[in-house]
Amino acid sequence: MKKVDAVIIGGGSAGLSAAVTLKKQGIEDILVIEKDGEPGGILEQCIHNGFGLQTFKEQLSGPAYAERYADMAKKLNVKILLNTMVTNLTADRIVEYVNAEEGCVQIQAGAVILAVGCYERPRGGINITGTRPTGIFTAGQAQRYLNIDGYMVGKRVFILGSGDIGLIMARRMTLEGAEVIGVAELMPYSNGLPRNMKQCLEDFNIPLMLSHTVSKVFGKERLERIEVVEVDENRNPIPGSEQYFDVDTLLLSCGLIPENHLAEHAGIVLNPATKGPVVDDRYMTSAEGIFACGNGLHVHDLVDFVSLQAERAAEGAAAYLKNGKPLGSTLQIKNGNQVSYCVPSQFYPDDPAEKLTVYFRVRTPLDAGTLVIRSGGQIIRKVKKRKLLPSVMEEAVLLGKQMNGLTDDITVEITGEE
Amino acid sequence: MYDVVIIGAGITGAMLSRKLSRYQLRIAVLEKENDTAEGATMANSAVIHTGYDPEDGTLKAELNVKGAQQYEEICRELHCLYKTVGAFIAACGPEEEAQLGVLAARADARGVPYRRLTREEAITEEPNLSDGVTAVLDFYTTAVVYPWEVANACMECACNNGVELFLNTPCQAIRREDGCFVIETPQGDIQTRYIVNAAGVHAEDIHAMVAAPSWHMTPRRGEYYVLDEDAKPVQHIIFPVPSKEKGKGVLAIPTVHGNTLIGPNSDFVDDPDDNGTSVDGLAYVCANIGKTLKNIPLNRSIRTFAGVRPTTTCPDFIIEEAADVPHFIDAVSIESPGLASAPAVADRLIEILAKSLELIPNEKAVMTRKAPVVLAECSPEERNALIRENPAYGRMICRCCQISEGEIVDCIRRTCGARSVKGIKKRVGAGFGRCQGGFCEPRVVHILARELGISPLEVEYGAKDSHILERENRV
Ligand SMILES: Cc1cc2nc3c(=O)[nH]c(=O)nc-3n(C[C@H](O)[C@H](O)[C@H](O)COP(=O)(O)OP(=O)(O)OC[C@H]3O[C@@H](n4cnc5c(N)ncnc54)[C@H](O)[C@@H]3O)c2cc1C
Ligand SMILES: Cc1cc2nc3c(=O)[nH]c(=O)nc-3n(C[C@H](O)[C@H](O)[C@H](O)COP(=O)(O)OP(=O)(O)OC[C@H]3O[C@@H](n4cnc5c(N)ncnc54)[C@H](O)[C@@H]3O)c2cc1C
Repeated sequence: MKKVDAVIIGGGSAGLSAAVTLKKQGIEDILVIEKDGEPGGILEQCIHNGFGLQTFKEQLSGPAYAERYADMAKKLNVKILLNTMVTNLTADRIVEYVNAEEGCVQIQAGAVILAVGCYERPRGGINITGTRPTGIFTAGQAQRYLNIDGYMVGKRVFILGSGDIGLIMARRMTLEGAEVIGVAELMPYSNGLPRNMKQCLEDFNIPLMLSHTVSKVFGKERLERIEVVEVDENRNPIPGSEQYFDVDTLLLSCGLIPENHLAEHAGIVLNPATKGPVVDDRYMTSAEGIFACGNGLHVHDLVDFVSLQAERAAEGAAAYLKNGKPLGSTLQIKNGNQVSYCVPSQFYPDDPAEKLTVYFRVRTPLDAGTLVIRSGGQIIRKVKKRKLLPSVMEEAVLLGKQMNGLTDDITVEITGEE
Repeated sequence: MYDVVIIGAGITGAMLSRKLSRYQLRIAVLEKENDTAEGATMANSAVIHTGYDPEDGTLKAELNVKGAQQYEEICRELHCLYKTVGAFIAACGPEEEAQLGVLAARADARGVPYRRLTREEAITEEPNLSDGVTAVLDFYTTAVVYPWEVANACMECACNNGVELFLNTPCQAIRREDGCFVIETPQGDIQTRYIVNAAGVHAEDIHAMVAAPSWHMTPRRGEYYVLDEDAKPVQHIIFPVPSKEKGKGVLAIPTVHGNTLIGPNSDFVDDPDDNGTSVDGLAYVCANIGKTLKNIPLNRSIRTFAGVRPTTTCPDFIIEEAADVPHFIDAVSIESPGLASAPAVADRLIEILAKSLELIPNEKAVMTRKAPVVLAECSPEERNALIRENPAYGRMICRCCQISEGEIVDCIRRTCGARSVKGIKKRVGAGFGRCQGGFCEPRVVHILARELGISPLEVEYGAKDSHILERENRV
């Protein structure tokens, strides 16, 4: 079996950034495997501006951002296999891939970085009754039809879910001549970034109906009409609140889910809250030498964080290839009050990372609160925060010296006190 | 002039087509949809009942037993999935246990095998049986199939033997001229000596084109949840004790694909094509599965669907030449166990035809079908051989189900091939995975357009005219 130092599965922003970092760390024998015909991942269909403000200090389109990383990878002679899909991964890092030129190939990797991205929650995962006509798309699917293939999917559009892709598509389809009737969101608050709420809905007078959902669809061949209901605080439909809209298109923007089936097949432990793998402070999963980052680890709203996180994962992989696993055993980083998940969720008190950024999200919107990080009775950090939203990923930075020698799990929580 | 025109390419029409294709006959099948088996055969419980349930003396009882006995062999010949899972009839309390006795007596008389299980025995095999279950009859030879696949494979086999299938061709009217029938369709008239009416829920309309039927269609809808593959609450099909009023009740069915179906309910519908799901229907399913089972993870549902039973005012199958219209033969009121009975329904129809139609065997007829290439089931060496021969087998399209472009192209080019995105889903499973096509659908549209030589704008999702794309985007 052919051997290679590191295999990166996925050539999106995470995969490219990881590849560049591995090279910079002196790991030369690496291979990026990408299913599509070009690198860039989901960014290729995000032709709007708004990428790279943090990384490059300028507003780039998705493909332009991806190109920057693809160019860096090219300069460093990163080998990218395109039109190639990884079909299996084992816990001992045998990677099986398929393409038209080589057929089905197995290689032994010293380290693996999972950078596989995410998929959109489909209709089946949402409770909508009625017929099964055409005209119901996930927002990203409609975005691909429009931005890559060059086709509009409909004329009169309703959007279920206030996720960012749905909001961006509301603006995009309006500009392309479609009529966007409204956006319904099950929760009493929006799930999109505040800037997208403003630039994609408010600026176009598209109404957002909070605590509403689409309960039923009608139409035999093509979607003809939808039933929208208001929901109570337990998210149950309120009888008598039905409204009907005649639309030919329903876009679903109801959440993204890390693409985890390779990890699952390898027996890697998944985090039920993120649906991605559980990772330690080096971004290593429960399978030794297999790392994860990007939307395949947990869903990000900004690509800059994806690129950054991939750098950390690649540093972890490089250190593993050079020195093996960190010393000692792990403690947990746990969700406390108001926190729905923490990534990474494990650290090595005897051999901590130099600096660890823990990404987390709050459960419900909060005007203000205090981020408290504690281990047992000891408070490690306390930071005041304003305007915490579930749609915006938050960070908590921990230094190696703060984690060193701890004997209790770390808890990340938001308390009401100012 | 055709010898026989079969109206409807569901399991009844398809099974008959295949069996009739053994003979030297000119046969056409008219199907109003753009694919085979889009009616009741597409959406049902998929159970090959062994025949213990129908009342004594009915056609249902006779044909169910005979039909079920043929299924395994037919599925082998056609490379269709067939999985013997066994059926538990779960009784709650003494009254229902007495009912089990009635079923057991019928099974004895019909030669259908079973075993009796105490609650304790049953619970070791099915730990999720509800606390109310007191005894079980296990009809261990009961199997499940993928009904659409069987119907499509039958149709493919028949077409390879010379049967002509006309899709998108509804029968709109029937005239009688010079001792034969003229069927009017949007594509023109079709002449035939015999007609078999296998039009499912639309059979009354077809019959009414030649004479007033003595029965009426009373379609009843059944709705289901489909649970994720990873949630496997049952190993066997679990039935409540059947009742006259409620029929077979709400079941849990392990499918050939590894999912679990929970359903159906049974509600009269005005519109025979109304296969939408409803809040009330699904709520009924939720409420009633608890009679026989507990811990059913309905929150792991990946999809819901509904099918409409071609029930009529006649409680039995109607398989006969119309009394006042010679050579017009009904295969109607084919409700459950119509799937299980289909091979025997076809035999009965052939007996009726043979009374006045000469059946000369066609020596060249082949009753098998070539197995489709399924890469996911191949060893790496087999895959490599295939990819070397046809690189399209190395271009992966569906990431959840790992399906290649080659497999998708095959299923379009085959006899009775796919003509729509849904047609591809049904044949190769692309889009049946977790993302339900969110990721591969645009690619599938592209391949369909290329293979059919049409614009992506003309590609249909499922039903005729269900175009996916609205217009080209102005640049
Ligand atoms: C529709 C959309 C709009 C967005 N808009 C913005 C925005 O406006 N501004 C912003 O900053 N951020 C935005 N984001 C967020 C950000 O762009 C993404 O989070 C980021 O690009 C994700 O990068 P990734 O590499 O993790 O995943 P992806 O870009 O999805 O890359 C994963 C790659 O892995 C490949 N892959 C998966 N499985 C396999 C396999 N088995 N074998 C081989 N290859 C495989 C895929 O083909 C893909 O190329 C948006 C995200 C989405 C989904
Ligand atoms: C909810 C439910 C559960 C069931 N469970 C089971 C089970 O577990 N086991 C079992 O054995 N049976 C079961 N059945 C019954 C079984 O599904 C049916 O008996 C069987 O599928 C009927 O097949 P068919 O070919 O007669 O009808 P259909 O499959 O409905 O086919 C009729 C065809 O005729 C076509 N057609 C209609 N009108 C025209 C026209 N004018 N011109 C041209 N074509 C036309 C239709 O498009 C359709 O393709 C169930 C049924 C339902 C609805």
